[in-house]
Amino acid sequence: MGAEVRRRAAGGRIDRDQTLDFVFDGRALRGFAGDTLASALLANGVDVVGRSFKYGRPRGIVGHGAEEPNAIVEVGAGASCVPNLRATQVELYNGLEARSIRASLFQRAAGAFGRLLPAGFYYKTFMSSPGAWMAWERVLRHAAGFGKAPDGADPDTYDRMNHHCDVLVVGAGPAGLSAALEAAGWGARVLLADEQSEFGGSLLAETRALGGDSAAAWLDGALAELDASGNVELLPRSTVSGYYDHNFLTLVERRSDHLGPVAAAGTRERLHRVRAEQVVLATGAIERPLVFANNDLPGVMLASSVSTYVNRYAVAPGKSLLLFTTNDHGYRTALDWHRIGREVVAIVDARESPAGGWVAAAKEAGIDVIVGHAIIEAVGRSRVSGAAIASLQANALAGTPRRLACDLIACSGGWNPTLHLGSQTGVKPRWSDSAGAFLPGDLGGGTVCAGAVAGTPTLRGCLEQGALAGATAASRAGFGSGRTTRSAPEVDEPPETPARSLFLVPHPKRVSRAPKQFVDFQLDVTASDIELAAREGYESVEHVKRYTALGFGTDQGKLGNVNGVAILAEALGKDIAEVGTTMYRPSYTPATFGAIAGRDVGGFFDPERHTPMHEWHTSRGAEWENVGRWKRPRYYPRSGETMQQALNRECLAARDGVAIMDASTLGKIDIQGADSAESLDRIYTTGFRKLGIGRCRYGLMLHEDGTIFDDGVTARLGEDRYLMHTTTGNAEVVFAWLERWRQTEWPELSVYFTSVTDHWATAALVGPKSRTVLAKVCTDIDLTGGAFPFMAVREGHVAGVPARVFRISFSGELSFEVNVPAQHGRAVWDALIDAGAEFDITPYGTEAMHVLRAEKGFIIVGQDTDGSMTPADTGMDWAVRRNKPFGFLGDRSLDLADHLREDRPQLVGLATDDARTVLPEGGQLVDDPECRPPVPIAGHVTSSYYSARLSRPIALGMVKGGAGRMGETVHCPLADGRVVKASIVDPIFYDPKGERQRV
Amino acid sequence: MFRIHCPHCREARSEEEFSYAGEAHIPRPVDPSSLSDSEWGEYLHTRTNPRGPHREMWVHTAGCRRYFNVLRDTVSYKILAVYPVGEMPPEQGEA
Repeated sequence: MGAEVRRRAAGGRIDRDQTLDFVFDGRALRGFAGDTLASALLANGVDVVGRSFKYGRPRGIVGHGAEEPNAIVEVGAGASCVPNLRATQVELYNGLEARSIRASLFQRAAGAFGRLLPAGFYYKTFMSSPGAWMAWERVLRHAAGFGKAPDGADPDTYDRMNHHCDVLVVGAGPAGLSAALEAAGWGARVLLADEQSEFGGSLLAETRALGGDSAAAWLDGALAELDASGNVELLPRSTVSGYYDHNFLTLVERRSDHLGPVAAAGTRERLHRVRAEQVVLATGAIERPLVFANNDLPGVMLASSVSTYVNRYAVAPGKSLLLFTTNDHGYRTALDWHRIGREVVAIVDARESPAGGWVAAAKEAGIDVIVGHAIIEAVGRSRVSGAAIASLQANALAGTPRRLACDLIACSGGWNPTLHLGSQTGVKPRWSDSAGAFLPGDLGGGTVCAGAVAGTPTLRGCLEQGALAGATAASRAGFGSGRTTRSAPEVDEPPETPARSLFLVPHPKRVSRAPKQFVDFQLDVTASDIELAAREGYESVEHVKRYTALGFGTDQGKLGNVNGVAILAEALGKDIAEVGTTMYRPSYTPATFGAIAGRDVGGFFDPERHTPMHEWHTSRGAEWENVGRWKRPRYYPRSGETMQQALNRECLAARDGVAIMDASTLGKIDIQGADSAESLDRIYTTGFRKLGIGRCRYGLMLHEDGTIFDDGVTARLGEDRYLMHTTTGNAEVVFAWLERWRQTEWPELSVYFTSVTDHWATAALVGPKSRTVLAKVCTDIDLTGGAFPFMAVREGHVAGVPARVFRISFSGELSFEVNVPAQHGRAVWDALIDAGAEFDITPYGTEAMHVLRAEKGFIIVGQDTDGSMTPADTGMDWAVRRNKPFGFLGDRSLDLADHLREDRPQLVGLATDDARTVLPEGGQLVDDPECRPPVPIAGHVTSSYYSARLSRPIALGMVKGGAGRMGETVHCPLADGRVVKASIVDPIFYDPKGERQRV
Repeated sequence: MFRIHCPHCREARSEEEFSYAGEAHIPRPVDPSSLSDSEWGEYLHTRTNPRGPHREMWVHTAGCRRYFNVLRDTVSYKILAVYPVGEMPPEQGEA
């Protein structure tokens, strides 16, 4: 068990009565309840927490929150393990197991040759020849060590919750708490979310008094008041990850991770979907690091992080501190360090004559303040052992550098407002010279920014601005006058000297020769990389980002972006405002797939539609085909049968005896009203006005550009009533299409469309013996050919159930499609199976259906057509009536010059010369197999099967000018190098006169 | 995700209930056969694609299934007005 060498004896918000054992990279360590993994690691003296992405350099903890770029860990084990967590945001629990996401040996070797890896190295090296990246990507991604995806299915439960609130307050620091108190006071429904386990933000590490009391006491009072309020919902451990249109935000709440794997029951994470009338962004700010040579050594940290570890976690991450600051605020860290009795080597202040209250306090405490200086280089191997400092005048060094010994460097380069959420809405942040930072742009009337995110520098200011923001948001949402009702507590705010802007500390060597000056720690982007990008001609910050990888890590450049932008601006000779920032995108910190998916997994993600006969198919061992959401039997293999054997058997049964197919999935739309016929005439290529009652007609549905998008048979059930059949996959699309024209263009038509797909179960009884079988269970319909001809519909009873029977055929055989109310579907199906038993009735699936229809040359829209084909292209001019009074949708386009070209791809039959090879569907057809590339393509195969009835393969295809090329030969080169010869033939292979379906 | 006020349901609902149905105010020519190929092509393919206020058609797919028009700013994504099919948008700034 490691000793907590850096834990202070007292203080902090940790619970010393609750010790927690944990394991990091195989080492057994101990911390306290209230620790994060990061604070516990620091307490145990763990300096190196990972190796860097590109150079494999040792890295330590830099920050204390979402900004942490180095301490990226994988927590847990097995399928529940989560990669890519920031140790600074992982709450410690007993038994926690974490591993650093370290780079491989390859990367460490690369570190030794770092000069060979400039910006754009990967791009220049691996994208130079086609295919090279494909080969290298796997090696490099593994080498970079970004963790492993869990190997099993996630066993945990995730869910989702919707909220509507008046005011969503993002961030429960001083500004957010004040906003929530004020808005709640006016009666608004308030949602207050914070990513940390404890509310309070910076107050959790604050040493000053608020209103005469300790910060902790003020915080307790505020939380008690919010808790007691009936209209406030508090969401700790909830990261507002995305800010979308119209004040829609997503929050990821981590509900059980802090309890460890023992708490596997219940919801692990919850995605809150919030629609807020008003949003208060009180997201605070992240301290800006300083860019100097070797600034990535373990032991170089943010000043505010050092203070947080000291004050909140009672951890002193070192012995002797050297503070490097450009502003007064940083002095507080030196004072914190001094207060706990540790050595402050010196304060190195980049400014010439700082004179604020914190400066005075530091001097009073006897701390050595070195003004007008900068740390130019950190010294040490795997941890800081000292620093070189030099006098800094204007932007150049003066004098000889000298060295100071220390084991901790705290840096304060000012503050970067956490403006990511505002930026996600598409509003560009704007540079403010006075704040020395990017601030959120104008986010409109639904959003108020308060506190450090708005550039407010003082605690007192944040408290006041938060309260005003809360009152403003409440008022805009309809609550109160917009005035604040409570006064902010008094806080000691000594006067401050303005900060100095310092984005890159000069080095005696020029940037390209100096030791690495890191800008982006996570992706190892240095100042010299950015200067190189500028030299190579990159100007847009978005391009520089992609070239150098600046801000491309999972931290989205929370630490490095502003320094990077400023260094780029300097290199380009532009203003920072002119260069601007890159766009931030959701999610603010990485979100798990589990949180995003919620309960939409498995059948809830992709629900299946089952017909009433589904279980019968299952019991017969059907293999399935997914058609849209429907499960349809593809074929019914008997034991020992191959798929082709099953298909042969099913097809021959339909041709020679009797077969049955579940056709319930076909789209069905009931059309009623005086103008039913007129609307059908406008929608379909064929005419319906003169169709007799009880008769059916085939029609093609075209888009306005003349291309086929659906087909099917429509029956006239009465004077003003029709039933339309659509293809299975297109039912919803067709229904929306009908409604669209009725509502927007033809409101004068009296017609109503109703989808009845699910109301009916359909059994297609097919084959020469189908009439005999049906007659056994249907006695009130005269089934003889004279009384019930092809393309007619009759009503009666089948197996005692009221039924509509259509004599339509997609197989070319005598066929009756029996429709009964869905709840009777299974019973009627069973009755038909029983009735057919003596004729060996054979169930068949979609695959046999495809073979049967292909033998007849019937197209399947979407398989034989591809969205560019007109009726003429498919040889179906016979289904187009051009002389209707209104015309029909797409009519005009059939006359477009391009649609009249004779060399358009046209539907043909294809017969392989060897009469053995089944052409591959999608196979390309060429005229000259010897032709060198680029080879002109004559067409392609759209449908291809072995026909048991014809004892040979058959295929349909689209061939340019195919209708005029009957008898000619085309060639289909196969993947294995063979070339198959095929003749262009008529697409109707079987019963060309269509006599069998009319018997 | 947009929040859209359906003029038929008279309620603001989430975008996932709606479907976009293309640019509004593109009437079908009364007599297509009298148009040249290029005039018909204009109707088929040419859309305004403006930067700023855009008149578009939406349908409340998972609600009343009715179509209506929306005036939406394509830069700010702000919905400036909703109005029935067959009407012109109200003066901008009213909504």
